[in-house]
Amino acid sequence: MSESARKEHEMNKLSLFLGCVIPNRYPGIEKSTKLCLEKLDIDCVDLEGASCCPAPGILRSFDKTTWLALSSRNITLTEDLGRDMLTICNGCYGSLADANNELKADEDLKESVNSHLAAVDREFKGTQDIRHITEFLYQEIEPENIRELVTNPLEIRVAVHYGCHLLKPSKGRAGMNVERPSFFDELVEATGAVSVDYPDKMECCGAGGGVRSALSDEALALTEHKLSMIEAAGVDCIVNACPFCHMQLDVGQTDLNERDGTEHSIPVLHYTQLLGLAFGYTVEELGIDLNSTLNKAFFEMIKDLP
Amino acid sequence: MSATNGSTFLSRLDKTGTDILKCMHCGVCTGSCPSGRHTSLNVRNLLRKARKGESVLSDETLWTCTTCYNCQERCPRGIDIVDAIFEIRAIAVHEGIILKEHRTVGKLLVEHGHAVPINAENKAKREALGMDALPPTVHSFPDALSEVKKLLANCKFDELMSNE
Repeated sequence: MSESARKEHEMNKLSLFLGCVIPNRYPGIEKSTKLCLEKLDIDCVDLEGASCCPAPGILRSFDKTTWLALSSRNITLTEDLGRDMLTICNGCYGSLADANNELKADEDLKESVNSHLAAVDREFKGTQDIRHITEFLYQEIEPENIRELVTNPLEIRVAVHYGCHLLKPSKGRAGMNVERPSFFDELVEATGAVSVDYPDKMECCGAGGGVRSALSDEALALTEHKLSMIEAAGVDCIVNACPFCHMQLDVGQTDLNERDGTEHSIPVLHYTQLLGLAFGYTVEELGIDLNSTLNKAFFEMIKDLP
Repeated sequence: MSATNGSTFLSRLDKTGTDILKCMHCGVCTGSCPSGRHTSLNVRNLLRKARKGESVLSDETLWTCTTCYNCQERCPRGIDIVDAIFEIRAIAVHEGIILKEHRTVGKLLVEHGHAVPINAENKAKREALGMDALPPTVHSFPDALSEVKKLLANCKFDELMSNE
């Protein structure tokens, strides 16, 4: 079988990379992802023994060699399975796709990383691709096919938050428009929802680069601005593709409410949770009720949808 | 500190060291910076200081960049600005200049293989959802965790994150 035919044949065989924040803070997203993949008949197995990606902003800032060595170890796990890797977090995607691209393009760098991997009897080969669930669904499944599988169309208004590392840095990536993309909006609208435009839609949530972990007030300043734009647009919920943005926009609301006495209460959903609702799963089955910011009116509205 | 000498410092910035000399001070980076709208971060100034070898390593705004890449995507001179910030940060960390919360995150990675490890609250959430209490990551595979620790030690990352 030729290389291209082999790729075609194995295109939909994936391994699921969980990262840190989804399994350890928002397990509902992990469960929602598996329910959606099953519904879409996508062949995807757990990537057992994977670690932190490691995080593209904070850990890459400390030591690039470590960042590359640990990300390439994760990539060798999926190479062992002969499967492409599916990420469900912008940060994991950013780290793993960028490391994969850099190593595939630079023999010297690959040799250097492999000298570290040799200490654990591993070798980066560069045989697999790293995918993010939104670009994968858009390119391989396509929004119109998702729409056909929807059993419970969601007549709701959504603020789509792309997040930064899904699209940037653009070098080496799939060539999506980084300033005004639409693929994520199309995926959201495939569920029956309306993607509502709002000012600064492409702006950062505030969490990345180690800002959330060490400078929480600075991170919250960005979050507060983003939330104010979303609230002014009048939406039922925020939909993201990244658990770190998810956490910042969700926990950020309760942090702001505690600090300032505000009453932010916008539900925050990962795309797989939105899609899960459109496939007929309940708020509880998808773990949407395990967020920090809870909005009972939203839960009632979802229940009352036809 | 040797790193504050201009030319030496630039040479330590890998490819981006020569890159940042191409800056024409148009300010697109600063104007595009979402952090700079709300914090004192001024990306153009930060890189200008780096170019002149000023005390950029201890500049507190070095850590208010969220690495959103707006500046890098929009720079008309094609300067890899965020990559340069990563390299300046790495030089700072290797000289022991690191925020204590960041050191904590690094230590969590060294100990657990996850920068954000599981806790009791989330084990309970997983079980309530009908999932295993531990995810199928290094958390469930001790051999895999040993491998990660060995790899981090091989990169001397454990030493880098230690307090000494």
